[in-house]
Amino acid sequence: MGTLGKIVIIMISMVTVDNYPLSQFLGICPFLGVSTDLDSAKGMGIAVIFVMTLATIVTWPIQQLLDSIGIGYLQTVVFILIIAALVQFIEMFMKKNLPALYKSMGIYLPLITTNCAVLGVCISNIDEGYNYAESIAQAFGGGLGFWFALTIMAGVRSRLVDQTRIPKSFRGVPIVLTTAAILSLAFMGFSGMFS
Amino acid sequence: MAQTGKSKFQILTNGLIKENPVLVLVIGTCPTLATSTSVETGLGMGLAATAVLICSNIVISAQHKLIPDKVRIPCFITVIGGFVTIVQMLLQAFVPSLYSALGLYLPLIVVNCIILGRAEMFASKNSVVDSALDGIGMGLGFTLTLCIMGSIREILGSGTWLAGDWFGLAPGFKGIQLQSALGIPGMGIMTMVPGGFFVFACVMAAVHFFTRDKSKIRNSFGCDGCAMESVCSDDDKAREKGAA
Repeated sequence: MGTLGKIVIIMISMVTVDNYPLSQFLGICPFLGVSTDLDSAKGMGIAVIFVMTLATIVTWPIQQLLDSIGIGYLQTVVFILIIAALVQFIEMFMKKNLPALYKSMGIYLPLITTNCAVLGVCISNIDEGYNYAESIAQAFGGGLGFWFALTIMAGVRSRLVDQTRIPKSFRGVPIVLTTAAILSLAFMGFSGMFS
Repeated sequence: MAQTGKSKFQILTNGLIKENPVLVLVIGTCPTLATSTSVETGLGMGLAATAVLICSNIVISAQHKLIPDKVRIPCFITVIGGFVTIVQMLLQAFVPSLYSALGLYLPLIVVNCIILGRAEMFASKNSVVDSALDGIGMGLGFTLTLCIMGSIREILGSGTWLAGDWFGLAPGFKGIQLQSALGIPGMGIMTMVPGGFFVFACVMAAVHFFTRDKSKIRNSFGCDGCAMESVCSDDDKAREKGAA
């Protein structure tokens, strides 16, 4: 199989079989927190795709550098600092040069620092031994999958209005988690798509 | 100094039930769902995160006057990241089975909202002793939740309880084999992703049922409890309030 084919397969599997929130338990906090309406799901989704891809573009070469000087064990500290600095930098750049974009997407940026899917994708690129192109494909696909799951969830939740008869104890967070359980059950149907 | 009126004991027990980080504040959900497939991994994750939380709370509260306000989040993250690396290396050296069981979720302790959240909300405003107690309480609350969820998922999913070699301490220990004793087959789905979400929903609903009117229950994801609250813009907070 050619390189391009492998990249396409990685991207499709990151959206479906290995979907971050629904199959790997990564990025659950924003998945539950920002899925209240479709507009904020869109803003958060695009911001995550952007940061994830950029973080991978930066962290993958840095890991090679760390390995070459024999301090690969500093991976966790270095990666999280790079992500935090990167997010801060993007925010400052957008505020100054792209105020329209900042208004619609900027408010989600600080929350992304603590999104475990971003650090997760950077570390798993290294763990899986992917090359540079495959790593970027995995990051982009992961972000796309996150947006996909967030959009479905926001669509479902916009129907869960007050008139819906939900048992008292299940109101609020528990019913959202139950919805996520049913959604992830549906996503299990994708397994076996790639062997 | 919102917490000054509390006694040492109250600070310690606060995190166990009343402000349980996972079930009441709804933070740190990713590791809760991912590592509660059995009691052993849940306990391992809980204790690893507790160790990091206690150490980072102590260090951050000891030096919070030295850290300039503007760069405090990167400073906190560096301190937490340092302790996570230490725990990672110790586990890799002494408890390799747990190290491989936790996998990716071990380095991800660094972005666990509980730890950054406690640093921001408690350790940076209180004394060293109070922060250490808060770290112990919150950490044990997290561990307790993981053990409860781990028990439910292990019993229903694998038909065993407390199985595993307990980080190499009890080789040959098979746990309580409910499946062979009672003849009830395990439901594999409970150890998988949907089971995680569903058990978490049920445990949280049970807590709501028993503590209704007694403790503050979050019906939506507001800004309290979020580690990034202070860097969040005011517009966003107003929006969040409107939605809630």
